[in-house]
Amino acid sequence: MKNLIFLIPLLPLIGFLVNGLGRKTLPKGVVSLIGCGVVLGSFLISLMIFLQGSYSATPFKYFDFINVGDLKIPFSFQVDQLSTLFILIITGVGFLIHMYSTAYMHEEKREHYGRYFAYLNLFIFSMLLLVMGGNFLIMFIGWEGVGLCSYLLIGYWFKHIDYTKAAKKAFVMNRIGDFGFLLAIFWIVQQWGTLSFYDLFNAETGKVAIMSAQNTTAVIGITLLLFVGAAGKSAQIPLYTWLPDAMAGPTPVSALIHAATMVTAGIYMIARSNVLYNLAPFTLTIIAIIGAATALLAATIALKQNDIKKVLAYSTVSQLGYMFLALGSGAYVAAIFHVMTHAFFKALLFLGSGSVIHAMSGQQDIRFMGGLKSKLKITYATFVIGCLAIAGIPPLSGFFSKDAVLLAAFEHNTFLYIVALITAALTAFYMFRLLFITFHGSFRGTEEQKHHVHESPAAMTIPLIVLAVLSIVGGFVGVPEAFIQGGEKLTRFLQPVVPAFAHHISHSTEYLLMLVTAVISIIAIVIAWMRYRTYKEEKSTPFGKVLANNWYVDEVYNSAIVKPLNKFGSFANTYFERSGIDALVNGVGRMVNYGSRQLRWLQSGQIGSYILLMVISMVLLFVLQFFLRS
Amino acid sequence: MIVLLLLLLPLVGGLVAFFLKEGNSARGWSLAIALATLAVSVVGIIGAKGSENLFFSAPWMGNLGTRFSIALDGMSQILCLLMAVSYPLIFLSTWKSNYSKPANFFGLMLLAQAGMIGVFIATDALLFYFFWELALIPVYFLCSGWGGERRIPVTFKFFIYTFTASLLMLLGLLYLYFQTPDRSFALEAFYALKLPNETQLWVFWLLFIAFAVKMPVFPFHTWQPDTYEQSPTAVTMVLSGLMVKMGVYGVIRWVLPVVPVASYQWGDVVMSMAVIGIVYASVLAMQQNDLKRLVAYSSIAHVGLMAAAIFAETKTGLQGVLMQMFNHGVNIIGLWIVVELIERQFKTRKLSELGGVAQKAPGLTILLVILALANVSLPLTNSFVGEFLMFNGIFNSTATKYSALFSAVALISIILSAVYTLGMIQKIFYGPTNSITENTHDIFTNERVALGVIVLLIVTFGVYPQPLLNLTSDFVDVLLKQASVANLMVK
Amino acid sequence: MNVQYYIFLSVALFVIGIVGVLTRRNAIIVFMCIELMLNAVNLLLVAFSKMHHLANSAKDITAGTDGQLFVFFIMVVAAAEVSVGLAIIVMLYRNTQSIDINFLNRLKH
Repeated sequence: MKNLIFLIPLLPLIGFLVNGLGRKTLPKGVVSLIGCGVVLGSFLISLMIFLQGSYSATPFKYFDFINVGDLKIPFSFQVDQLSTLFILIITGVGFLIHMYSTAYMHEEKREHYGRYFAYLNLFIFSMLLLVMGGNFLIMFIGWEGVGLCSYLLIGYWFKHIDYTKAAKKAFVMNRIGDFGFLLAIFWIVQQWGTLSFYDLFNAETGKVAIMSAQNTTAVIGITLLLFVGAAGKSAQIPLYTWLPDAMAGPTPVSALIHAATMVTAGIYMIARSNVLYNLAPFTLTIIAIIGAATALLAATIALKQNDIKKVLAYSTVSQLGYMFLALGSGAYVAAIFHVMTHAFFKALLFLGSGSVIHAMSGQQDIRFMGGLKSKLKITYATFVIGCLAIAGIPPLSGFFSKDAVLLAAFEHNTFLYIVALITAALTAFYMFRLLFITFHGSFRGTEEQKHHVHESPAAMTIPLIVLAVLSIVGGFVGVPEAFIQGGEKLTRFLQPVVPAFAHHISHSTEYLLMLVTAVISIIAIVIAWMRYRTYKEEKSTPFGKVLANNWYVDEVYNSAIVKPLNKFGSFANTYFERSGIDALVNGVGRMVNYGSRQLRWLQSGQIGSYILLMVISMVLLFVLQFFLRS
Repeated sequence: MIVLLLLLLPLVGGLVAFFLKEGNSARGWSLAIALATLAVSVVGIIGAKGSENLFFSAPWMGNLGTRFSIALDGMSQILCLLMAVSYPLIFLSTWKSNYSKPANFFGLMLLAQAGMIGVFIATDALLFYFFWELALIPVYFLCSGWGGERRIPVTFKFFIYTFTASLLMLLGLLYLYFQTPDRSFALEAFYALKLPNETQLWVFWLLFIAFAVKMPVFPFHTWQPDTYEQSPTAVTMVLSGLMVKMGVYGVIRWVLPVVPVASYQWGDVVMSMAVIGIVYASVLAMQQNDLKRLVAYSSIAHVGLMAAAIFAETKTGLQGVLMQMFNHGVNIIGLWIVVELIERQFKTRKLSELGGVAQKAPGLTILLVILALANVSLPLTNSFVGEFLMFNGIFNSTATKYSALFSAVALISIILSAVYTLGMIQKIFYGPTNSITENTHDIFTNERVALGVIVLLIVTFGVYPQPLLNLTSDFVDVLLKQASVANLMVK
Repeated sequence: MNVQYYIFLSVALFVIGIVGVLTRRNAIIVFMCIELMLNAVNLLLVAFSKMHHLANSAKDITAGTDGQLFVFFIMVVAAAEVSVGLAIIVMLYRNTQSIDINFLNRLKH
């Protein structure tokens, strides 16, 4: 068992090494085989573990990673229900996206093709480390590892300097989050002396529960700092601006990293530390507020985007906000549930958009698309399913997970619930705006593109179909008790790790809430249908311009942080360094030089002057000796 | 005897090198000597644990109370290993550089190595001072003889700077000498001294400034970017990879345990200096257009962290410092190798003039990206372990009231280091090629080997750092016992 | 006789010597002034020596004699010095045809 588990991350690592080292020599077929094969291997192993249901609460220790004095951090993996669920999502969706990539990237040169798959495998490896790690440090290793892969893959087309800038921005923003994460780790060490999840959180001997009262400074500080880390990785206010820019990477990368897996790492971390968070209601409130605000803000921006991937990116930010709202309301399972369904339908939407971009020879602006539904039948059908799912139309998966989130928000705070409800309506609206502009109406591209438009090969459509099926049925693992006796399978599955959310809402209210959500979404879709059924140039309003420009958040950051820092830097470089410290040092040298040049005149060679000086000083000494001594 | 051999090999080898006529024979001879030193040090660490081979003592200067005593304990071992690993790498990577008067060049390089090894193994204050200067003087001649255009004023400044500081140190050591009951320079005698608190407070600065200049800690750092910029790259490697460690070493060996109360008292001051220096140097690194200056400022930031972690006086922090000394040395030599490569190929170090190298030289790109990742201390690279331990040590320090503040401010450097390091990569490697970088060729075998070894070290100690940590564990326990009297005193 | 008179005389002689050394440029005269100063000191030594002897001879028959001993030393040293100094002056005269001491600052070049 122990070795089998070790194999799960090891396989992608091997794939990374083989593809990375052999990128110039291996033919593309072999690279794809290795790249997809290792991920499939990991998936099968994890599926086996899942089916056997043999989870262990205690971590498997492989070797001492850091062992200094009292600080003992082993390299250990913990495979319980929570991590198994994530492993399955990562390897499963990951495998589909690998497969999709073999067709999407087939025009790349051989060595770049190899490089691409090496990066993807490295990403899977890091992501697995993140969710399998038995302590915070191993999690942090994966945490930074996925950040690195994200950096490498966003900047995959490194000839475009703008892409590499976006990559750098993503990395730096993530680093700001990591700053909080690391501080939290140090604080945890100080507080409880261990980083192991088991030692900290287990029900009987967990140090957190035993040693801490609610709302102490340490608990609130640690949880807030961990949340800073989560906000960086999962693109929450104020660290979300990297995610839309990250769309510079190849589309399958956006699907895998920036929609399905990496960005949900923050949710995983908070769910993993739920024992800690339950001790800090204050932090939970902040998380809920930030989650709701992010959801609304990103949804408003998505209304006015014209880049197909940018719409999906803001939609991702918005959905991540939902998940944080659920976490903040104490409904960890709802958040995880939404992570899962979101992984299905958002990966589906991204891959679908990739299929569209592929068909349109790289065109990403939806204003120049239109009328694609007849040409790209499978893509269209699956895209519709994705849109319905994200809009929360019953009985697709998004409906159940979104409903769980909204229920938790309702229980927690009515105002946040209303914000989430508005966001749900906006989501339905902008997704169907995207769908109608892209696939309906008349074709608005060039003649050349018109001839070129074709349905994607099977390697791309099969993942789409699989994900579409998952988007439809994925929600059934979390059908609420209100519908079926013995529903909420997911909650019971995760029970050993994540406590269930105990709500006190009657079934009739619950039905009502669901009805409200569904009706509002359908109304939004209808409005979108009326407005965008046939494409019309959108009128530019001042407010629309603000939205299209992302509320000018980037500009604000630029002038509030980046520019002052640079100003200070260049000031320090030219003035403080040169004429401050250095001038001081050189000044000492110059003073000595000057002084000695002046003193030189004393050494004149005139005996007379020497003697005169001698006499004067002697007289002075006499005066000192006899008259000035008190 | 092994410890004596470790010292004599480069010393004698260096003297012999002066008399070799031909450039290539001097080159080969020095590489052979460096490899032999490496072999001896590996034996000294693995094969001779706890044996008498690690100590040597002989009478030296009559009745002065000083002996030629050298020893190889945990900290000396890890630093001698660094010395021994670096020198072959330096010689190998600069194999193709042409120097005028190669015999003198390589002779001086080996003499500098002997001096530095001497510093790391001397357990007698006078001997320590002797080696300290012995290491400085060859480096001065190397910089002023083979450096860039502005080498004369720059190296003069460097020399005066460090020399003045080391005179202060001599003053401090002499004062301590006169305080010992039987007039002895021995390290144990210094450790046994129990100076009154008021005396310690000023003796501390006499000793510390010398080391602070060498490290360098803000605001004593201005010699460094200039000197790095003007020195030939092989010498820059010695300066930044190895000589910097003399300062860190000095603080750990000769300040912390000798004047523990003062180290505790001034801890806040030194840590604030170091922490300000970390952020300051990082911000400046973001502004640099010259590759060498960028790496220089980045190095100041990293060393500042070490200085802060020393004065945190925790086991994790000090272990991190010792490990990081090794890692930083190896990593920065790797960075300099790349700088040298770029400078030799494109005849410029200006970031603004480069670009698009990745298309032409993928091998170089991959190696530099790994080095850069180590520079931003990404997990699974060696410097992550060191920095993690150091940050953890600062955060959990009981020697200062402001531990959380210090570690939070210092931690900003991980954000800023990402900014300037990735910025550097972006400007050199990404984007379209230009007229300068159009005809880039990939790296030569000798450089590939040198960088390959470094990358191997980075990954190995990043994944499995325990051997290095075990090496210094006992030493740190002893050190903390010596310094911990300070913790009894209420601040 | 009161010792004060000797002190006054000797101070006067000494000051004359100093002023002479400072103001005159003729090496021989400078020399003579130096001798004057030395002899001023000698006079003082002898005077004090006699004073001590008169005061303490009852207890110690040799009291104060060391002052007179010093006088002899000074006279011997002065004689030696004069011989060397005169030789220098002679050499100076041979080289420069002058005994002006301001020429001596050329030594520094």
